[in-house]
Amino acid sequence: MYRYDDIDRQFLRERVAQYRDQVRRFQSGELTADEFRPLRLQNGLYIQRHAPMFRIAVPYGQLNSEQIRKLAFVARTYDKGYGHFTTRHNMQFNWPKLEDTPDILAHLAEVNMHSIQTSGNDIRNITTDHFAGVAADELIDTRPLAEILRQWSTFHPEFAFLPRKFKIAISGSRQDRTVTWFNDIGLHLVEGEGGEIGFRVIVGGGLGRTPIRGETIRDYLPWQHILTYCECILRVYNRFGRRDNAFKARIKILVQALGIEEFRRQVEEEWAHQKDGPATLTQAEYDRVAAHFAPPAYETLPDADFCFEQHKHDDPAFARWASRCVHAHKVPGYAAITLSLKAHGKNPGDITAEQMDVVADLADRYSFGELRVSHEQNVILADVRKTDLYTVWHVAKAAGLATPTLGLLTSIICCPGGDLCDLANAKSTPIAKAIQARFDDLDYLFDLGEIDLNISGCMNACGHHHVGNIGILGVDRNEAEFYQVTLGGRQGNNAQLGKVIGPSFAAEEMPDVVEKIIEVFVANRHADETFLDTFDRIGVAPFKDRVYEGRAHGAAKKAERKVA
Amino acid sequence: MARIIKNGDIVQDTWTTLQLAEGETPEAVALPAGPVIFPLAVWQARKAEILARSEAVGLLIDAGERVEDVAPDLGHFTVVAVNFPKFVHGQGFSTASLLRQRYAFQGEVRAVGDVVHDALFYMKRVGFDAFALKEGKSLEYAVEKGLSVFSEAYQASTDRPVPYFRRRSA
Repeated sequence: MYRYDDIDRQFLRERVAQYRDQVRRFQSGELTADEFRPLRLQNGLYIQRHAPMFRIAVPYGQLNSEQIRKLAFVARTYDKGYGHFTTRHNMQFNWPKLEDTPDILAHLAEVNMHSIQTSGNDIRNITTDHFAGVAADELIDTRPLAEILRQWSTFHPEFAFLPRKFKIAISGSRQDRTVTWFNDIGLHLVEGEGGEIGFRVIVGGGLGRTPIRGETIRDYLPWQHILTYCECILRVYNRFGRRDNAFKARIKILVQALGIEEFRRQVEEEWAHQKDGPATLTQAEYDRVAAHFAPPAYETLPDADFCFEQHKHDDPAFARWASRCVHAHKVPGYAAITLSLKAHGKNPGDITAEQMDVVADLADRYSFGELRVSHEQNVILADVRKTDLYTVWHVAKAAGLATPTLGLLTSIICCPGGDLCDLANAKSTPIAKAIQARFDDLDYLFDLGEIDLNISGCMNACGHHHVGNIGILGVDRNEAEFYQVTLGGRQGNNAQLGKVIGPSFAAEEMPDVVEKIIEVFVANRHADETFLDTFDRIGVAPFKDRVYEGRAHGAAKKAERKVA
Repeated sequence: MARIIKNGDIVQDTWTTLQLAEGETPEAVALPAGPVIFPLAVWQARKAEILARSEAVGLLIDAGERVEDVAPDLGHFTVVAVNFPKFVHGQGFSTASLLRQRYAFQGEVRAVGDVVHDALFYMKRVGFDAFALKEGKSLEYAVEKGLSVFSEAYQASTDRPVPYFRRRSA
């Protein structure tokens, strides 16, 4: 992974000093709350319901064991012994004190970590594939370019006070695992005619209050130009994006208002000036950064491992875990594995300090000292020898990190919700736990197959509910918490937004609602169909009919009113 | 007379900024004597008259106004002031970038409006060389700390047109 040099470390030290001074001036009254607010947000600090929430950057999801041990230290020393991984690879602490935050950043800087631009109206953490570098279907390892984008976006002077936040995702594999269609800019790798590497540039996608699938602004951009082209998109946005209404300030609104043709024309006009300028990437810089991501010292191994096969044969629980949580690797004899943070009854994405230490030890012993965080809020060890999988599984299982449900109904993506977050309209984690409790039979879950269930506590959509096969959104109805259900959303190359099925439900109804949806699926599915296959074949109507059976809604409700 | 920061020093501001009071129009407003920073609409309405005064001329570009609309006139201005209605309103960073990078404007580019200590470093990078700090803020502290927060920069901008990766020694 990328190793910081003197200049990278110097930036972090200078940032800590700057932030410490800002906190001091706020506490002494030199800065008003309004003046301090954007400054603390650019350092990931929210003032929340119970305490500040502090969001630490995990750039493109990469961590080493030393870093996660430091996060464990912070969790123990300054928080309540745990942290929460978000859908943007970051870690959130929910209980630090404002006055401790400069010290926390100083501790993190010792291991080259920070909270730069994890909130605020600036360029946020770059996201990429959590299997980058090891995925069997990958065309290039995107981590060098993600690191180059990180450096370019860090303290970018022109784009520190944008109309609204700005998210960039980069994907280098055939199958998109990075939600590139739903970012402000999505870079999705394509090969040129001679096999040269370039990107399809997608702009103006986003979830949140107004979910919009992005549009292609350029079919093919050679990789050398990604910085200048992103600069041009950002400049047009910074000049002409709306600032009068925070709900209409994202770039997607500008792209929709101008139309993609006109937006493209403006960007290309700007690019005519910047193309081939000094910010054009060089092969030397690419090679310099890429050297940091050189493959680790893999052993030469046969691809099939006898022990692994034997243990799968002998231990059904291990086989079950392996079927969901062990992933193909491009090096023979190795696998990537997911350590699930979706144990039933625990808040999805939460990880305790003890678990962080276990993960660090496992990474050191079995995966070259590195790990990743996925946007599905799990931890990944990317380079485990197949022959070690059984041992790793035992250790992970003892630490509560081997829930075998990855990709299944109860491996829920979920934001922290109304228990902790000020923005939330409704609680989210109790809904996740109630659904997990209802579907607690592993055989049944495996029989149901792959179903993504995503929950967000408000329309800001941190839980990516729009792209869940089943999406649940907390809404505020007359100051009571209700939940709206969408069906048919999906991520990947054919990413789509789910459709709202009808009026929202009370919290206590939600396990029943999900159960009814599942019943319709089970009653209608053909052999080997996934939930999505069945949904696409039969449409939303049978689900609606079952879920709203016996309740007046839509036309029936109107008719009822008329009668009354 | 108000004080501003200019090229890293605290100096007296010798310019008057013309502000249209309610009911005044660009066409009819009285032009004050001395060096004046004119709103863009006044400049456009009274160009010949302003140039006939034989005084140094300044231009104010407000939020929502486009630098390209006055690009052919830039040679007339000693100062271009860029207004920040709120310090989080960052359009002016692109305006200054364009003034310096696209139009090679060599005069003073001054940040006015809600100009705060913590934006100065970024402002300096994109090409501002003068800062009329928000009232009540310490110019001395800004000069001491605000302009030199970071000793280097990764990306290209007006002050460092070549990005760090092209300047690395190794």
